[in-house]
Order: sequence, then structure tokens, then C-alpha cells
Amino acid sequence: MMRKKLRQYFIVLLLLGMCSLVFVPMPSFAKQEQEAPGLELARQAVKAERKTTTADHSQFKALQQAFASGPEISKACMSCHTKAADQLKKTLHWTWLDPNSPKNNQKGKAGYSLNNFCISANGTHDHHCNECHIGWNAEGKKAEIDCLRCHGQKKINWEEAFEDYEYFMESNDPEEKALAKEVQAEIQEAAQSVGRPTRKNCGSCHFSGGGGDGVKHGDLDPSLINPNRQLDVHMGYDGRDFECIRCHTTIAHRVAGRIYGTPASKTRQSLLEHDLEPKIMCESCHSDKPHKSSGKMNDHTDKVACQACHVPKIAKILPVQTWWDWSKAGKKKDGKPYDIIGPFGKPVYQSTRGETRWEKNVIPKYLWFNGSIQGATAKDIIDPSKLVKLAWPDGNRNDKNARIFPFNIHSGKQPYDTVNKTMATPLLSGGQGYWSTFDWKDSIERGAKYLNLPFSGKIDFVETAYVFPSTHMVAPKEDALECSQCHTRPSSRLANLTGFYMPGRDRLKLIDIAGWAIVLCSFGGIVLHALGRIFTNGRKKEE
Amino acid sequence: MHSMKMITTYLYSRYERFWHWLQMALIFLLLITGLEVHGLYSLMGFEQAVNIHNFVGITWLIAFAFFVFWVFTTGEWKQYVPTTKKLFAVIRYYSFGIFKGELHPVPKRKGAKHNPLQRLTYLSLAAMLLPIQMVTGVFYWTYNSWETWGLGFLSLKVVALIHLAGAFFILTFIIVHVYMTTTGHSIFAHIKAMITGWEEIEEGVEIEDWEKASRKQFSETVS
Repeated sequence: MMRKKLRQYFIVLLLLGMCSLVFVPMPSFAKQEQEAPGLELARQAVKAERKTTTADHSQFKALQQAFASGPEISKACMSCHTKAADQLKKTLHWTWLDPNSPKNNQKGKAGYSLNNFCISANGTHDHHCNECHIGWNAEGKKAEIDCLRCHGQKKINWEEAFEDYEYFMESNDPEEKALAKEVQAEIQEAAQSVGRPTRKNCGSCHFSGGGGDGVKHGDLDPSLINPNRQLDVHMGYDGRDFECIRCHTTIAHRVAGRIYGTPASKTRQSLLEHDLEPKIMCESCHSDKPHKSSGKMNDHTDKVACQACHVPKIAKILPVQTWWDWSKAGKKKDGKPYDIIGPFGKPVYQSTRGETRWEKNVIPKYLWFNGSIQGATAKDIIDPSKLVKLAWPDGNRNDKNARIFPFNIHSGKQPYDTVNKTMATPLLSGGQGYWSTFDWKDSIERGAKYLNLPFSGKIDFVETAYVFPSTHMVAPKEDALECSQCHTRPSSRLANLTGFYMPGRDRLKLIDIAGWAIVLCSFGGIVLHALGRIFTNGRKKEE
Repeated sequence: MHSMKMITTYLYSRYERFWHWLQMALIFLLLITGLEVHGLYSLMGFEQAVNIHNFVGITWLIAFAFFVFWVFTTGEWKQYVPTTKKLFAVIRYYSFGIFKGELHPVPKRKGAKHNPLQRLTYLSLAAMLLPIQMVTGVFYWTYNSWETWGLGFLSLKVVALIHLAGAFFILTFIIVHVYMTTTGHSIFAHIKAMITGWEEIEEGVEIEDWEKASRKQFSETVS
């Protein structure tokens, strides 16, 4: 009796147990295709797609006057936007100084920061660098703000236009006077065509930093002016068609983003947790549990940045420069500087710059990153016996805020002061810069003077590295990395990261060898045993 | 060689057979997917292998809970109590006697289906190896919660390697176990018994007291 009851109880439990399997995360083959929660969230976060404007700037009297120079246009802008200049002049875009670094060794292009591209802006005295400063001329911060650099929707050659206008205005020839009017109409039209910054506006500097298209970032180049979703799923015209400022949200002209050692965002909060956070982090819109709950993917977001899988390669359309060897610069042919153009139509040698290398479809390098990048300055003492890391991500495996992040690493060789053990800051542009004189010592002397830095007069070249986080060119999900591109050996994308156990990548050879030894021994044992049985039984039958 | 008369007896209950073959299927899947996760080969892809391994692992845990329930409520656990009695006789038999056509020193009988060597093997398996695999497997699976559970001191490497070592032992067991099924009075006799429940045994072999079935004792005490 008792046993029967127990048996029934057991069968019921068994059935219940089998039913409870429904709640176990099912492998994906058994799941219907459904949307990832992070995608759904993000779609809601950006529902109000386009901002509209209530102002037609061509109607404003202030913009209908004749402009003889750029600063006059800016003054007209500020006659209405009275706070704009004050706001802007506090931002990194204007100061080129990292507000969070010590004053006596301040980082920033206008400070002591240096890179392995054009090396140093020499405290904004290198006018070539100032071309990307948002003032009306190459005088750096002494110039008037150029509002149109970021807000102008119609690009014209301003310098030429104002020169022509001045020239034709001074003429008494009625035909030339008419021409002046024409030029002025063009100037006015461009001054009136203003709006929020587009990819083109931001890209005019950020896509061409380092002196040319795709020299610096790898994930930022002119291919993003009009990208398809294959190139960037957010910015693609056939995707979400985001402008840069869709994520680089802006308050009082302060554009969200990383500032040297200061992370773009210190918290990884979604807009649901804090609706005034900038949209700068992936988590802002996608949350930190963006994937379907069936797999292991959400378990990765504490240690692996979204970009690690979703930016599987960079420089997908245009090449990126990966190497710049200044030590080769200065060679001449028949006493004249020359260029050699290599694959992709990019220079591989220039007398002015040295040797460069370019690559396309670059697989990023993966490093621990807590959002802060440590940049070297011209004041820092270096160890020339090692690779000098001019910009390198902060963070390691034990850092709670650090995650594995993809980077584009630009390497090269550049001069340093062998006595002071500091990186040299040559002046490049202008009549006395290296590009005219091809004299390292003189140009470094001049560059150092602008920064009030000592120079021993003795130089050599040292190999350097400079990183850019690869965070743009986010691939559509079907192009994101497969698990097996990291969880594999020996070709794991994370092969260089050690100090932790990663299934599929790591093993302890001893256990593998011992394990297979036991398996093989037992197999050998049964084969021998079976042979023994066959042999002895056979003999028996004969008996 | 078989001069004794053979009779058939019902040795394995329905649940027991179900559990055996379910175990086989689950272990097979776990080994296939687990070794792929370990990076041995690429069969279904790492992601799929992990998903299936986790799913089958949880299925296993639930199924094992039922086995534990069954083994204790039915008193079957007594069949797993280890003994050294005749242990060496059995070892001697498999090492030598089997080649000479000797009879098994501890043949299967109703209520005493495990010989001393089997008792030892199955006990190590059910009480040690499988629990180790289950514990390390659950830890492996819940890696992300270690911090919040106060288990931050655990090392994934250690957990993973114990789990892997366990897998090698299980694979070894399977190889020997499958081979041993062929050592019955005919090659497929034991396998057939595990499918139908009926095993052919030699008539008239008495069950010795020390190995007497728990089932009998159990029914004596409860009914």
C-alpha cells in the first residue's frame, strides 16, 4: 500500500520536474526569433527622431547685412545668441586644455600633450594645427569664434570669398562691383544656412585629424559623412541616420565625450535610471542587459564592453594610418623633397613626414579600459629603452570599472631629447618649421621655446604608440563577433589578455594530457581485454 | 561453458531503465558539448554548445534529484553500499577467470544486481564524481553571481579544470562500462536487460546474506 502511494507521488513529482524544465533557459535553436530587449529600449529612447526648428535664419535682419569678414558673421550670431560665446569658450573645443589635469603639466593640444602624428601643437603656435581650432583664423584662441565651423550647413571657401569681396568692392569697375554683390550674396547665403551640427560639421575636423582623412582614428573618417548601416548601424542613412550629436548630447555647447583622462561617463546608467544622463554610453539607450536572456551574452557586459563585439573591425571603407616613422623624414631627391604614393592612393613616404603605413579592415586590439586614457606630455620623463606609450588606456582586470575594449593602435617613431629624456616637440609648419627647414634641432628648439621647455640639443628617435578607442562604425548585429572568435585557441582575439580563465581559449596542458592519457589507457585496456577473450575462447572451442 | 540452466528474471524496474538511458543521453550531450566548449573541436559552434550544455546540465540536475529520491525511498541505496567481500574475487575474475571460462563469482540476481566492484564503481560515480560535476557545473554556470553571493574567492580556472577532469573520468568510465556490458553470457545480454528489464541468470544461485536485497527488507518493514 505504502509503496504504491510513494510510487504515485514519485510519478507526479517526475512529471512536475519535467514541466519545470520550461523555465530553464532554452538553447537558441528552440527559441523563436524575437527582439533583444536592449534594441527595443533603444528604439524607444530615440523615438522622437528629428528635432525641428522654429527659426528660419534667412529671415533674421542680423544675417542680412553685408559681411566683410568672418568675425562680423559671428558678431551677428551673438547679437541673438548672447550667451553662446561664453558657453563655448569654457569648452574643450575652444580651450584645447584638459580642465582635470594639473596646471603645471596640463594636458590638451594647447597644453603639453603630444601624440605620434604631428606630435605637438606647440601651445597653439603651430598654425597648421590651428586649422582645426574653431576660430576664424589660424591664430588659435586669439581669434574670434567661428560659429559656422560647427553650425554652417553650406561650406564655402571663406578666406577666398572675403578676399574677393574686398578686392571687388574696392574696384570702381561696375562689372566688378556686380561681382562683389554676387560674392556677398554667396557669403550671406552661407551665413544664413545654419543649423545643428551634422556629421559633416564634426567630421571636418574629427574625420581628418592628424593632417588627412583617416590618419588618426580608424573608426572615424569621411566614409561616415554618408554611411550605410553596414558601415555604422546608428549613423547609416538606411539605418537610424543619426548625426554625431544624437549620442554626443550637448548642454550649453558642452558636447558629451571623453576628455583625455576623464571618461565620457563615469556611470553606466541607462536613460531609464537617469533621464538627464548624456546618451554617450551604449548603455544609455540599450541598458546593460541588452541581449535576449536565453544566452550568456548579458553575463559578459560587466567585463566586456559592447564595442568589443559590436565593432568587429574598423577602417571598413577608407584606410587608416597605422604607422608613422618620423626618423625617415628629410630625404631628398635632387635636393628636393618628394612623396611616394602607395596602395589605397595614400602616401607611404613623404620627405616632410617620413614613412607611413596604411591598412583597411583593421581588427582592433583589445585592452582593459575604464574610460580614462592616460596621455603623455612633453614634460613627462620617458624610458627610451621601451615602447613609449603616448596614449594608453587605463584599467586592468581587477578594476571594477574596466572592461575589455577595442582599440586602434597607431605606432611610429619620433624624436626625443636624449639628455632630458623627454619627448621632443618640433615646430612643423611655417617658414621656420621642420617642413620648410628639414632641420630637426632647429625646429625642436623653436617648438620647445613656445612651450618654455628645455632642449639639450641632442636627439634620437624612439618608438611610440597612441591608442584610439574603437567605438564608432558599430556593425549590424549580424556582423557582430561570434563567441568563437574569442573563445578559441590559438587565434583568439583576446589572446593577449592574460590573468583570467576563458573557456575555449585557456587550458591547463597537464590536465588535458593526463585526461586523454587515462581515456586512451582505458580504451587500450578494453581492446587488449577483448582480444584476450576472443583468443582464449577460440582456443577453448578447439579443445 | 554454460552448463547451468538459464532463467529470466525481472531485474531493472521501469524507472531504473528510464533513468539509465536518460543518463546516457544527457551524459552523451554533455560530453559532446562540453568538449567543444573546452575548444577541442568545432561542431555546432561555441555559442550553441554552451547553450545546449547549460540546458542539458540543468535537466540533469532535476533528473538527478529524482534519482536521489528514488534511491532512498525504495531502499535501493543498499545496493550501493560498498563491500570488500568477494571484491578481489571479482577483480581476479575479470583479470584472469574470464579468459578461462570461469563463472562469475557474484552473478546478478534479483535484489543483488551489483557485484562488489560495481558497488564501488557506482557509489564513487553517484556519490562523488557526479556530485563533483554537478557542484562545479553549477558554480561554472553561475560565475557572474559569485561576487553577490560572497563567493568571490572562487577561481573560475580551478572550477573549470575540476569540471574538465571530472569529464575525463566520466569518459573513461563510459568506455569501460560499455565494454563491460559485453561480458555477460552473450555479448548483448546486459544491454538487452537494461532495455527490457529482464536479465537471463543462472538458475539456483543463492543470494548470500551479506548482499541480500534491500527491497526485501524494505517491504518487510513498511508493509
